[in-house]
Amino acid sequence: MNKVYTEFIEKSPRIPLLVDALFQKMPEIEVERAVLLTESYKQTEELPIILRRAMAFKHILENIPVTIRDNELIVGSATKTPRGCQVFPEFSYRWLLDELDIIGERSADPFYISDENKKVLRETFKYWEGKTTSEFAQANMTPETLKAIDHNIFTVGNYFYNGIGHVTVNYGEVLEKGFDGIIKKAKAELDKCKVSDHNYITKSAFLKAVIICGEAVCDFALRYSALANKMAEKESDPTRKQELNKISKICAKVPRYGAENFHEACQSFWFVQMLIQTESNGHSVSPGRFDMYMYPYYKMDMDKGAISREAAQELLDCVWVKLNDLNKARDKASAEGFAGYSVFQNLIAGGQNKEGLDATNDLSYMCINATLHVMLPQPSFSVRVWNKTPHEFMIRAAELTRTGIGLPAYYNDEVIIPALINRGLTIEDARDYNIIGCVEPQKSGKTDGWHDAAFFNMCRPLELVFSNGVDNGVQVGLATGDVTKMTDFEQVYDAYKAQTEYMIELMVNADNAVDIAHAKRCPLPFLSSMIEDCIGRGKSAQEGGAVYNFTGPQGFGVANMADSLYAIKKLVFDEKKVTMAEFKEALENNYGYGIPDEEVQNIVVGVAKSLAQKGVQLDEGQISELVGKVKAGSNGKYDYLLKLINEIPKFGNDNEVVDSFARDVAYTYTRPLEKYRNPRGGRYQAGLYPVSANVPLGKQTGATPDGRLATTPVADGVSPSAGKDVSGPTAAANSVSKLDHYIASNGTLYNMKFHPSALKGRAGLESFVSLIRGYFDQKGSHVQFNVVSRETLRDAQKNPENYKGLVVRVAGYSALFTTLSKSLQDDIINRTEQGGF
Amino acid sequence: MEEYLKAKGRIFNIQRFSVHDGPGIRTIVFLKGCALRCRWCCNPESQKGIIEEMEVGGVKKTVGEDVTAGEIVEKIERDRVYYRRSGGGVTLSGGEMLCQADFSAAILRGCKEIGINTAVESTGFAPFETIQKVLPYIDTYLMDIKHINSAKHKEFTTQPNELILENAKKIAKAVNKLIIRVPVVPTFNDTEEEIEEIAKFAKTLEGVEEVHLLPYHNFGVDKYKGLGRPYLMGDIKTPDDEKMQRLMQRVLKHGLKCQIGG
Repeated sequence: MNKVYTEFIEKSPRIPLLVDALFQKMPEIEVERAVLLTESYKQTEELPIILRRAMAFKHILENIPVTIRDNELIVGSATKTPRGCQVFPEFSYRWLLDELDIIGERSADPFYISDENKKVLRETFKYWEGKTTSEFAQANMTPETLKAIDHNIFTVGNYFYNGIGHVTVNYGEVLEKGFDGIIKKAKAELDKCKVSDHNYITKSAFLKAVIICGEAVCDFALRYSALANKMAEKESDPTRKQELNKISKICAKVPRYGAENFHEACQSFWFVQMLIQTESNGHSVSPGRFDMYMYPYYKMDMDKGAISREAAQELLDCVWVKLNDLNKARDKASAEGFAGYSVFQNLIAGGQNKEGLDATNDLSYMCINATLHVMLPQPSFSVRVWNKTPHEFMIRAAELTRTGIGLPAYYNDEVIIPALINRGLTIEDARDYNIIGCVEPQKSGKTDGWHDAAFFNMCRPLELVFSNGVDNGVQVGLATGDVTKMTDFEQVYDAYKAQTEYMIELMVNADNAVDIAHAKRCPLPFLSSMIEDCIGRGKSAQEGGAVYNFTGPQGFGVANMADSLYAIKKLVFDEKKVTMAEFKEALENNYGYGIPDEEVQNIVVGVAKSLAQKGVQLDEGQISELVGKVKAGSNGKYDYLLKLINEIPKFGNDNEVVDSFARDVAYTYTRPLEKYRNPRGGRYQAGLYPVSANVPLGKQTGATPDGRLATTPVADGVSPSAGKDVSGPTAAANSVSKLDHYIASNGTLYNMKFHPSALKGRAGLESFVSLIRGYFDQKGSHVQFNVVSRETLRDAQKNPENYKGLVVRVAGYSALFTTLSKSLQDDIINRTEQGGF
Repeated sequence: MEEYLKAKGRIFNIQRFSVHDGPGIRTIVFLKGCALRCRWCCNPESQKGIIEEMEVGGVKKTVGEDVTAGEIVEKIERDRVYYRRSGGGVTLSGGEMLCQADFSAAILRGCKEIGINTAVESTGFAPFETIQKVLPYIDTYLMDIKHINSAKHKEFTTQPNELILENAKKIAKAVNKLIIRVPVVPTFNDTEEEIEEIAKFAKTLEGVEEVHLLPYHNFGVDKYKGLGRPYLMGDIKTPDDEKMQRLMQRVLKHGLKCQIGG
């Protein structure tokens, strides 16, 4: 057996230069893609959509500017400016049209856009009215669904406004055979088609589209080859000249042909990675098991002595930098939910191979080095852990954790593999899983997982129980009865389940509407050419071409609902210390802590609406009087109730009763979802994670019976509510592990925050690794860490200029702390800090 | 439940995921009551055997809770999976666990019988017959030796040290592993000579290989305020790293392993 090289490798001086160049300016919105796309679309209106998509892709790649940045070894840029972003009007454009003048000023993820480009976009967008996926999707949702979305019960905003992404293609196939191989495969399939086949028309169009895209990509690489050649001619520095000549040679070869060394493999990978994100703006395009599919090329070079370990590391680092060169502009609300300019390209190292043997190799360790070298949020770096993961690998990963960058995230093979088998994957495919985006497992190159299908706020159905289904004067949920007349806990719980199940039905309706919209309006032939079995079936992944198809909407707020329902059970029905009426009143009055202005507005509008329905019109004076009445909180009136709530046990403290309650509450979301199917022929599977949506969606959530005040953040992922886990990290992890992580096969997310002192020295690392192992022994699925002191974060809030490089773990990803909105920063500071002694 | 697990005692805290008090991840049980009154003690609420009140962040908190050994063992067992992964276990601390020797013995025995590693942090200040009650169930004895000069020991801790030094020899013979711990307290024992004296003594103890030097810190100062008691250490600072390194050299000189901090 080969000895695995586990040591740290020094960073090349090139890397800091590349990193610094990325962060010189605010990211910029560029318009070339939108313009070229529109030009092409205008000329192809008679063609089937799949060919229109391919022709547009080709037109873009023939004309979009090509840019090689200073010092780059791996080339290919989606925009002229670093970390810039192109525009994708085919999915949605209205939000950008509305926000063009404020997108440079907003708090979460601002983008610069020149006045001239604003003008170009305003002009370009005119073509797209009525042609986007979001418009198509909206037209196909039922009125009840639209109402539920309007009232913030759930949101399908991610795929409603954007491409899908959330995929890992078969990079290995491109590296090995090049697009030449893929084109040959498509041609062979096309040769097999008979004009009389039932699906000839759609299949042949799809295969032609694949061929067009493959050729376009190869030609695009040639443009880079030519550019590098031209730059080399002008270059005076002989070293750089040589580098550019090499780049020119490599781009003339890959990705058309198979890679034959590590440098070619890195370049070929990068073209694929970048161009998937040029075809569509879906995020979470995840490199997956990079250390596995790149290893043959690394080993080939090492065996021949063709490359030094340091040179290989430098190339790897260059790829890491490039992953940070891609960016995505989102609408204001989504930007808060996915804060930190993140594109969630999850790259995972370690774990077992298809045969069930540990496959951790040199590159697995070099991936850790690369993240240490660049210290940037991309890739979202993850490691797979199982019982045979080398201890040294865990220690090296823990060293990375100790830097406070929030990477890597740790994933448990022992849970994820059986969970995927339970969803119908073969054991070989399940063992070969990687992570998409935040925490979502899938088998690469075979899956269209739709992993971020929706955010479902688990707190909202309980609000509907208390209001008998009415939200701001509108009947949104079911009429489950007057909550004050309920005589036992089961009635309350049943009402909660009924509201939840009803909302899940509507969410499925929304997701399926969006799903079909993508199939009809934005199928992706380039992406689909790298997903099995699209070529065989002759249809895009968006139309069900993939082997495995899922839809994974994620719920969040498990901890709040566990604590809330337990509080109701205990205080109202077991101990009879308060009545449901008292509880209802306290919640309506936000426990006497005032009502946020936004909420006052909603309430007044709601009252006015319901009066208007009865024919009563309010004048301005009456409205302002009403506002005054609603605003008058009675501070202190409900403190007794908050005290009672505070005294009962909470999820996150290893309390058997509360924890099993939490397990059951999680089932109210995860179980009903399992029975639904999506239009691609696949199933729904639940996730339990919030990205960073627990903060903005918490703002839309009223007070909850766990003592949480209105508009404050909801608990993130499967983590206990912020500040409620007071018994240390082992107790909290024990509680979290008691949830059923297998059924939440779209991923669960557990955030722990550590003070750096808890990881001091080798002994600190050992304990830390043992904590992860202990949590995973109990079948937790995922855990990630923020290792940074509160004082540091507070100081960073005050003096952001000193902390530009401070990366923190937000949710399933890391982001630069100073780029996050103030409220999200506060939320991160408030997450319990463990081991701070 | 076994009869011995019904033994009752008084604790004031259980701290899980402790990584500084014995090997691996440990659960620390803090027992109430101590015969010494060390001026620098960072857990003053541990000293009196009674249940008392302490103000924490402006709120009065009851310090002290009566529980059975069985209840404690059950809590300790909750982190077994982490002990197994890290080679950790339980540590009895305080206060002084010897002040409740029967209770301590019951907890330790209960843990040993279900395969959990045990450690104690102790002054060793008790009749040896009392110590014998717990010794059979202890894997690692972390014992303080604070000063070799008895008069100075008495001045700063209210008790002389003869009994402690005598017990140290006996414990060393009887226990699986004995580690000597020295709180390094400026104005009390922080000269190189004083530390070296302790190291010399430690070297004479049968089987002792390890000395831990624990730098003084003033984290306990708010607790004195909360208890309405004066803090006698004033504004003495934590010894700096360089000084701790010098002291460590004095220990290493005698062929002992030495670490700074727990």
